Amino acid sequence: MPKRTDIKKIMLIGSGPIVIGQGCEFDYSGVQACKVLRREGYEVVLVNSNPATIMTDPEMADRTYIEPLSVDILHEIIRRERPDALLPTLGGQTALNLAMELNERGILDRYQVELIGAKAESIQRAEDRHLFKEAMLKIGLDLPRSGSAHSMSEATAIANTIGSWPLIIRPGFTLGGTGGGIAHNPEEFETIVNRGLDASLNNEVLIEESLLGWKEFEMEVMRDKKGNAVIVCSIENLDPMGVHTGDSITVAPIQSLDDRAYQAMRDDSLKVMEAIGVETGGSNVQWAIEPKTGRRIIIEMNPRVSRSSALASKATGFPIAKIAALLAVGYTLDELRNDITQTTPSCFEPALDYVVVKVPRFTFEKFPKADSTLGTQMKSVGEAMAIGTNFKQAMQKALRSLETGYSGFGCCAKCEKFKEYDDETLTKEVARPSAERIFVLYEAFRRGWSIEKLYELTKIDRYFLRHLEELAYFEDEIKAAKSLAGLAKNIPLFRQAKEFGFSDIQIGYMFHKRPEDVMEVRKQIGLKPSYYSVDTCAGEFEAITPYYYSCWAENSEPVRTIIGNRGKKRIMVLGGGPNRIGQGIEFDYCCCHAAFTLRREGYEVIMVNSNPETVSTDYDTSDKLYFEPLTLEDVMGIYERENCAGVIVQFGGQTPLNLAMRLKKAGANVVGTSPEDIDLAEDRDFFKQLVDKVGIKQAASGIAHNVEEALAIVDRIGYPVLVRPSFVLGGRGMVIVYKEKYLRKFVEEAAAIGEGKPILIDRFLEDATELDVDCISDGKHTVVGAIMEHVEPAGIHSGDSASVIPPMTLSKEIQDKVRQYAKDFARELHVVGLMNMQLAVKDGELYMIEVNPRASRTVPFVSKSIGVPLASYASRCMLGETLEQIGFTEEVHVPYVSVKEAVFPFVKFPGVDITLSPEMKSTGEVMSIDRDRGLAYLKSQLAAGNKVPSEGNIFVSLKDEDKQKAVPLIRQLVNLGYELYATRGTSTMLYNEGIKTRAVFRISRGRPNLLDLIHDKEVQWIVNTTENGAEAMVDEIQMRSKAVVSGIPITTTIAALTSTVEGLMDKHDFGRFEVCSLQEYHRHVKK
Amino acid sequence: MTDKFNWKAKREKKAFLALADGTVFRGYAFGQANDTVGEAVFNTGMAGYKQILTDPSYAGQFVVFTTAEVGAYAANHEKSESRDVFLNGIVVNSLDEVSKELNEESLHDYMLKHNKPGIAGVDTRALTIHLRNNGAQKAYLHVDDTDMSEEEAIQKAQEWVGLDGQDYASKVSDPNGYELSTEGDLHVVALDFGIKTNILRNLVKQGMKVTVLPITATYEQIMAKNPDGVFLSNGPADPNSLPQVVAVVKQLLGKVPLMGICLGNQLLGLAFGANVSKLKFGHHGCNHPVKNVKTGAVEITSQNHNYAIDAITLPEEVEVTHINLNDNTVEGIRHTTLPAFSVQYHPESAPGPNDSLYLFSEFRQMIEEFKAKQVSTPKPAEVPKEVKNVLL
Repeated sequence: MPKRTDIKKIMLIGSGPIVIGQGCEFDYSGVQACKVLRREGYEVVLVNSNPATIMTDPEMADRTYIEPLSVDILHEIIRRERPDALLPTLGGQTALNLAMELNERGILDRYQVELIGAKAESIQRAEDRHLFKEAMLKIGLDLPRSGSAHSMSEATAIANTIGSWPLIIRPGFTLGGTGGGIAHNPEEFETIVNRGLDASLNNEVLIEESLLGWKEFEMEVMRDKKGNAVIVCSIENLDPMGVHTGDSITVAPIQSLDDRAYQAMRDDSLKVMEAIGVETGGSNVQWAIEPKTGRRIIIEMNPRVSRSSALASKATGFPIAKIAALLAVGYTLDELRNDITQTTPSCFEPALDYVVVKVPRFTFEKFPKADSTLGTQMKSVGEAMAIGTNFKQAMQKALRSLETGYSGFGCCAKCEKFKEYDDETLTKEVARPSAERIFVLYEAFRRGWSIEKLYELTKIDRYFLRHLEELAYFEDEIKAAKSLAGLAKNIPLFRQAKEFGFSDIQIGYMFHKRPEDVMEVRKQIGLKPSYYSVDTCAGEFEAITPYYYSCWAENSEPVRTIIGNRGKKRIMVLGGGPNRIGQGIEFDYCCCHAAFTLRREGYEVIMVNSNPETVSTDYDTSDKLYFEPLTLEDVMGIYERENCAGVIVQFGGQTPLNLAMRLKKAGANVVGTSPEDIDLAEDRDFFKQLVDKVGIKQAASGIAHNVEEALAIVDRIGYPVLVRPSFVLGGRGMVIVYKEKYLRKFVEEAAAIGEGKPILIDRFLEDATELDVDCISDGKHTVVGAIMEHVEPAGIHSGDSASVIPPMTLSKEIQDKVRQYAKDFARELHVVGLMNMQLAVKDGELYMIEVNPRASRTVPFVSKSIGVPLASYASRCMLGETLEQIGFTEEVHVPYVSVKEAVFPFVKFPGVDITLSPEMKSTGEVMSIDRDRGLAYLKSQLAAGNKVPSEGNIFVSLKDEDKQKAVPLIRQLVNLGYELYATRGTSTMLYNEGIKTRAVFRISRGRPNLLDLIHDKEVQWIVNTTENGAEAMVDEIQMRSKAVVSGIPITTTIAALTSTVEGLMDKHDFGRFEVCSLQEYHRHVKK
Repeated sequence: MTDKFNWKAKREKKAFLALADGTVFRGYAFGQANDTVGEAVFNTGMAGYKQILTDPSYAGQFVVFTTAEVGAYAANHEKSESRDVFLNGIVVNSLDEVSKELNEESLHDYMLKHNKPGIAGVDTRALTIHLRNNGAQKAYLHVDDTDMSEEEAIQKAQEWVGLDGQDYASKVSDPNGYELSTEGDLHVVALDFGIKTNILRNLVKQGMKVTVLPITATYEQIMAKNPDGVFLSNGPADPNSLPQVVAVVKQLLGKVPLMGICLGNQLLGLAFGANVSKLKFGHHGCNHPVKNVKTGAVEITSQNHNYAIDAITLPEEVEVTHINLNDNTVEGIRHTTLPAFSVQYHPESAPGPNDSLYLFSEFRQMIEEFKAKQVSTPKPAEVPKEVKNVLL
């Protein structure tokens, strides 16, 4: 059946900011959908609040709304655009929930918008616990004994009926398992149920029998409207039930099930699709199997493209999101070609002749107080995937792709600590699911512990344990070669070590050599990796699409000359690896732009990345895709094989940048700003000279390697100081210190993280305004993209601060100075490509904070704000074009205001202080645009999930120096009709200013206090500012954390309060939020 | 201590598979260390190694598993598809062990028990692509301890007669007939050319009594069982080498409802007068999309065949009911007037998806309809005699 012609305009909802549980996989799905729907001739209206995505590039859709993802805003957009259909299945749970709300509020009906991809009833059946259970029982599936409750008393009754501990508690209608948990006793039960009831959008929790220790599986299913259905990918979790699947190490295809068990699960997965009524598209069905009896239980199904769909697409070469979009507009699976083979249809089940391993990436180091035990609530912020010809190889590749300091199992400095564990600690850490458990397990095998013993402790399937055991023993086999030279003489052993996934880093570590030495020796003996393609069919048909992974097979597929690419130069683009706080989707955005642009400009683009969630790892983003770890060994292998003319390192964040110099030394041509200049910018002494030469001030500073040196520096420059290790992104280990006691503590900690690298100490500029500048240079001319002014004062990491284009408070004189500095620094650092500067303004003086000759986190935000594709132009500069040739010679000034706001994961880490600091903590960001700054800011708060209420009660608690500044703002709030609660001190101060408040106790002093107000839903907004850098009081931490968990908006700086009040006044005057597409905004930009 | 994994022997790769075209793939031996010849074919299924091992259709072949890891679960937990292992050997990339503590039987143990050789540590993707490009090949598997040159092995592969024109079905057909399930209101005779047990299970599941007869069964012997339907099974090697069976099928046509699977499909095709020819490297796997021409629905099917019916040689009264969407080959046929249909793929799966089980109920339905017609048509019992005379 051909595509539908009765619909012309389709609306797509993205998933909003990157949060734990909803990452950039939905950028991948949205981009695929946008591309294919437009290719089919549909007009696409896209809504997403996340500027860092590729999908929100103005070229991706016909109309792009970077607006908050709320029903009211969507209502406005629908009223404006009148789409024929809404495709809600590609934007994660966010899009699905919004679609349901639009439907429930009758908005879809009123504007005659058809839901395609999934019908409301189907979504409801999959999401509503009762309906789901009913539907599953009807088709004869087994479910955990369970019940759902809307109150504590109902919950207790269910717990009594089930009659055994532990119990799993899951809130209905949330994402990423927010608010769920495992209760081992009645006390824990009460805590978790309360939290779950709060987190649930429909005030419902599911309580069920524990399936802890059961094997967990996922099936990725595609179905078309004729009822044809296929399993795209089967996935087995290494971590058994009890660990959220997003936090589990997962493996594809399923290894430990025999065909009968697998086919029964396949049959049931297809039945689930039918029972839920998924008409078209991709879904994911999760199963648990009791290892002894084989009893199989359905866990859940998602009637939409999910995180696992992204993984499944990359693992198999089957583009789930693209096909889902095509099925939604009426095609059937047999009508669509398989992109990879281009001769066979999409109606098939990919056959894999390799093993895929996905490993989650955590950032517990950012939240030292968070519980690092993994459970049913997702805590990881990213993931790496690796492909190999056996499990061991894929597993070790995935571990080294994580970039957490482990290069695989054992053989690394970081692993030494496990050797110190006594047996008791080891036992405990083996049994406790954590980010590092897999390494602890390896250590246990190194000690000769048996598979059975470790099975009892972990319930990890023996299949996986067996391979870990083998690897642990094999380490000795390699070591028996005694030296690298000894290993080089035993080529079969060397090859076997590589086949088992041991990297040059690990082998080097064993023999006290550098990875480069190992690489060199391998070259001498001719031991090179081979490359095979991901072809969807295990070699049965010829694959057209060049999507590769490395392995150590004896043969290799030849380097492909792509039709039409003969004679083109090959340029390699290095991606950013797994997402983490500080290095996320923004960098993937830049890499994709480089790929799109260079292909257009006549180069053959080779992409290397290890992150399955990204658009860069879509096989049609580049000419050739290598799904590989970003280490020297892996990158150089490809570089040499493809005989590349150059490699681009400045788009993928710190990961490729850290490799730049070593790549150059290994013989690669790093295009753009040279590795030497990149290193120079990081060199303090050189930078200081440069700053002097350019003539800008810098905060007094020094470099320390230990506590004594640090104290000496502070004697010279005075407190407060900013302390941080060098060579990190995202402000890891960075703090502001006011007292010697803390200085000692932090320097010790920083020394530990920095692994011998120096520690930087700067005088901290209190109450300064911070600026970010992104600019582009062709080596001769430099053009500023935009100057951004931060809303929060200096001292809060730039990634965590809201920022505004154009600057709010800076004089033209200051701005012009900034522009001049940008030109000076770009010239001095010989920048070819992008450069980012961070500066502070204090008392009318500019101070240089840092300069980075690379793509920054703000590049997509700036590009979307000014309507200029900076990353694209930068890549052209790197390959020799001038800005004049490109036609970008003047800074763009826009007649509207863009605001970027950060989004934080605090809700996932109860008890963690949410105070902002120099250490970056946000996982994602949102953008909003309006002609009016106040409204733009207010929209950004709404988009970030900090929905400031337009009426109700505000709780105010201010630090002393903010009190006077706050008075006029609070007065305005009273004028707008809000009622106030305040702590004693604030209350008294406000009373003296003639503002009435209701006083409550500090949490530690008595009741009623704020916690009671929150509990009774008496407070709708909290304004709470604390001392900068001081150790936050315990009760304040408790208060903020509680507010976040309860979903109450909280404002923590006077600057943010100022902007919010401005926005509230404007909204009060204007009456509503306005929406407008990026394409329309950009029409007003004078270029 | 590290000897327990025998890594040294594995990495030395003393065993090899030599193809008749001179290509050699190296690995290490497992199972029974006996050299042998066979035809190398690849199978792209990702699970179900035991069903593949015990599928008699693989008689005479070396099965190359394309899936990366083979043997990750125990052999003793799965059902067999026949009474023995009939293939000549297997080729795998990464061979897995199972739990000794749980008394699990490993793939190695299982091969040893059935006296069959295997070779592991092979670059199976390279081998698969080679077979895809050059077609299924005669090969020699060297796994024993003797020194043998690659040249010698290649020569042995070349000298072997191969599977073309060979009757392997007779070798695997159980010479003793037997009966399954005395319950059931209908009675089916299943002709065993190498029948898979799951076919029998599915026939029984349809509420039918099943009598299995060997490949040597004559028309008279079959009809003497007074069957309501006759099933033509799957089986190995060349359908063109079985004219005597084709003759029996011709006799059965129209007299009794027929269903065929795989070799049974080819034999029915030959009985209809069509040609059956060899595919380059055949279909072996669990992921082949087959379109049901009548309903338009697509089934994901389990496949294992090297031969296929040439569509254009089919007579007008025979319609193609199923086609393979990968290469458009014939996957199912049905006579428009006589009660006979067959499919090239394996609706009984084992291993593979269960999308096509409906065919067994269609068979039952066909039998019921035929019976209903017989009741209304006088003297059905006369027909066989006439046919017999004609043939004599």
